[in-house]
Amino acid sequence: MPVRLSDFPRIRYGMPGNAACPGCPEAMGLRYVKMALGDNAVLVIPAGCSSVIQGYEPKSGINFPIMNIVFASAASLASGMKAAFESQGKDVNVVVWAGDGGTGDIGFQALSGAAERNDDIIYICVDNEAYMNTGIQRSSLTPAGAWTTTTWTGKKEYKKNLPMIMIAHDIPYVATASVGYPQDFIDKLRNASAIRGFKYIHLLAPCPVGWKFDPRYTAKIGQLAVQTGLWPLFEYMNGKLKISPFSRLYRRPEKKVPIMEYIKLQGRFASLAKDPEKIKVLEKEIERQWEWIEILEKATNNKK
Amino acid sequence: MVSEAVIEEPKTYWKAPISHPDFGSVGKTGLWRTERPVIDEEKCTKCLLCWLYCPEDTILRREDDMVFVDYDYCKGCGICAAVCPVNAITMVPELKEGE
Amino acid sequence: MVMKTLTGNFAVAEAVRLARAKVIAAYPITPQTTIVERLSEMIEKGELEAKMVRVESEHSALAATLGAAAAGSRAFTATASHGLLYMHEVLWWTASSRLPVVMAVAARAIGAPWNIHVDHNDIMDQRDTGWIIGIAQENQEVLDMTIQAFRISEDPYIYLPVMIALDGFILTHTVAPVEVPDQKEIDEWLPPRRQAYIVSPETNVVMGNLTSDDDYYMMRYSIQVAQEVAKKIIEEVDLSYGKSFGRSYGGLVECYKCDDADYVMLLMGSWAGDAKEALNVLREKGINVGLARIRFIRPWPSEVLKEKLKNKKGIIVFDRSISFGNVGQLFMETASTLYGMTNMRGVIAGLGGVDVKPEDFVGEVTAFVDDIERGEVYDTIKWLLPPKYRNHKLEVTL
Repeated sequence: MPVRLSDFPRIRYGMPGNAACPGCPEAMGLRYVKMALGDNAVLVIPAGCSSVIQGYEPKSGINFPIMNIVFASAASLASGMKAAFESQGKDVNVVVWAGDGGTGDIGFQALSGAAERNDDIIYICVDNEAYMNTGIQRSSLTPAGAWTTTTWTGKKEYKKNLPMIMIAHDIPYVATASVGYPQDFIDKLRNASAIRGFKYIHLLAPCPVGWKFDPRYTAKIGQLAVQTGLWPLFEYMNGKLKISPFSRLYRRPEKKVPIMEYIKLQGRFASLAKDPEKIKVLEKEIERQWEWIEILEKATNNKK
Repeated sequence: MVSEAVIEEPKTYWKAPISHPDFGSVGKTGLWRTERPVIDEEKCTKCLLCWLYCPEDTILRREDDMVFVDYDYCKGCGICAAVCPVNAITMVPELKEGE
Repeated sequence: MVMKTLTGNFAVAEAVRLARAKVIAAYPITPQTTIVERLSEMIEKGELEAKMVRVESEHSALAATLGAAAAGSRAFTATASHGLLYMHEVLWWTASSRLPVVMAVAARAIGAPWNIHVDHNDIMDQRDTGWIIGIAQENQEVLDMTIQAFRISEDPYIYLPVMIALDGFILTHTVAPVEVPDQKEIDEWLPPRRQAYIVSPETNVVMGNLTSDDDYYMMRYSIQVAQEVAKKIIEEVDLSYGKSFGRSYGGLVECYKCDDADYVMLLMGSWAGDAKEALNVLREKGINVGLARIRFIRPWPSEVLKEKLKNKKGIIVFDRSISFGNVGQLFMETASTLYGMTNMRGVIAGLGGVDVKPEDFVGEVTAFVDDIERGEVYDTIKWLLPPKYRNHKLEVTL
């Protein structure tokens, strides 16, 4: 349900004076989690940018109670924490806020385990498409063609499709989101928190430092990812997949944005931008991805 | 049987990795800026998009929803200026030429 | 109070039930499996009101247990050998977070190659982590120590996690008669859970973000202080339990006939039973020997050992583990307390579950005493080979 921006109470949603880079999408995302869930949430944060964003003890630069934990264990710690709150008869949102590394690579086992158990937590993967905190090394969620400090001539492999993997886990809620569309993300958080079981939200988080763009464009690039069709926004709830409103614009010819608009703004795609053949391959990949999603949408909604 | 533990003060010398959310965990990040956002209140339509997109929570709302900047902590990223639909925000260099 | 015939693992399960643990998260590994199986059964039959998180690895097991502890519930896990090694980084994180947690460890040899029988290398590997580490000799003691572990861990003077070890298969799978206290008696003896902080929306606590190097150092100091104070608390808990349930074990160290002894055997675990048998044989032969059975390797009972052992003619330490490239760990720990004060020998024996009989203890102690009386104490470390290799000609004899 959309809420007018002016309806949000005039309180602090973030915690200024933290260690996030200027224009950081994780800092943006955390404010939206606060807008959606309010005070009734505990975050579980594994090693990553958000560990450092908190800054120095005795203060913390994120406006939530947080259990920081080692890299591989966020989902399992959250499962234990939720079990404890349940045994106490308390209804507290336990939210994992993990990066792409802590979700798709070193944290994958714990993620899959918690999803299979259908533990009642909200798992948010804040995806800046590399191991940013340790200096921009590639992860399995880095897109093909992207420069990183461990893929100087561009990553050869494709981005691991975590949202589809999570749908295959048969959990009650999977959604994709982008910091470019905060209201969509907030809606999805609210929908997720009303469901019992394992909820997964994959938040695209364009990183000015790692993706090499001027920090003022974080929101714009978050929008372009959706408008070019590269990052489809959808919501898979109780077995039915629905493409989100902002993403439907991709299918309207007058609204569709060419992928070059997204690529040319990012320094990490400098060599990709000079290669029209690779851009064509990328356009085909985007189309193929959309065909899959549309098939899923038809099938799960029993549309004729 | 409710099983939440009782919180009891430790009885030996205690130093543990415990913090609380608070402003300025790495200091006054306003000092990081090389340019600052300046809001033209005449042009502003109070759409609140700058408030929505600001990563730092340093765009604040007055009673009438007119926005203003918390310059103690604003890092000068420029997202507010980029998202403003009526170009009411300009990024102005912190230091003038020659300074 | 009820008498039951229980394996060591079932004794752990009974203790966890009596302690009213609320969240249990564990991953199966031989020889710990029946602890978790029994607890699962208890929960599903309504004998224990708790939530079980059937995690997908040991690393996750301790993380889930820690999460439950942080949220304010009494939490328990159990593991062995490779599982304990797998969760090693979480052991550090748990102790450093100062949250009370209890873990049972079925002491088991480490690979390669695979070996599911007892040795103490897995628990010895965890000495640095900040955990309080206890080890039992018999199933009754396993039950008693596990209950006490909750009280020790949740003591406001301590606030550190506690692990209780029991020898794999020898205790875990062997049945013995065990007195099981009533729930009502335990409810009176074991206080409700206390901890220094809870991470929840009410408290708004953040655990574990960055800190200055100076503050980090002082946090380490704080853990050490708690370990020091734990020495006294463990003794008090042992006495208090004895008053309520009739069984005390001597605190950090069980001193079996060592006050009047000239020579003392020092070891830990279930083979202390064989050593006690050997001791009686040795005494009949006129060798005045005693036994110091270590019950807690952390905190290391240096004051107790110094007081009881410094004037002995010789201490012989039996290690069921080895720190490759140096000596046995129990020997190292003992030497750190008694260096220069007395003759010491270390014997490496029983690795990988090799059986060590009372005659072996008799043989080693006799040889040690002979060497001292002759004025020749060399061979500070000796590897007691398995019987079928004892007569082999080895190029290098250790």
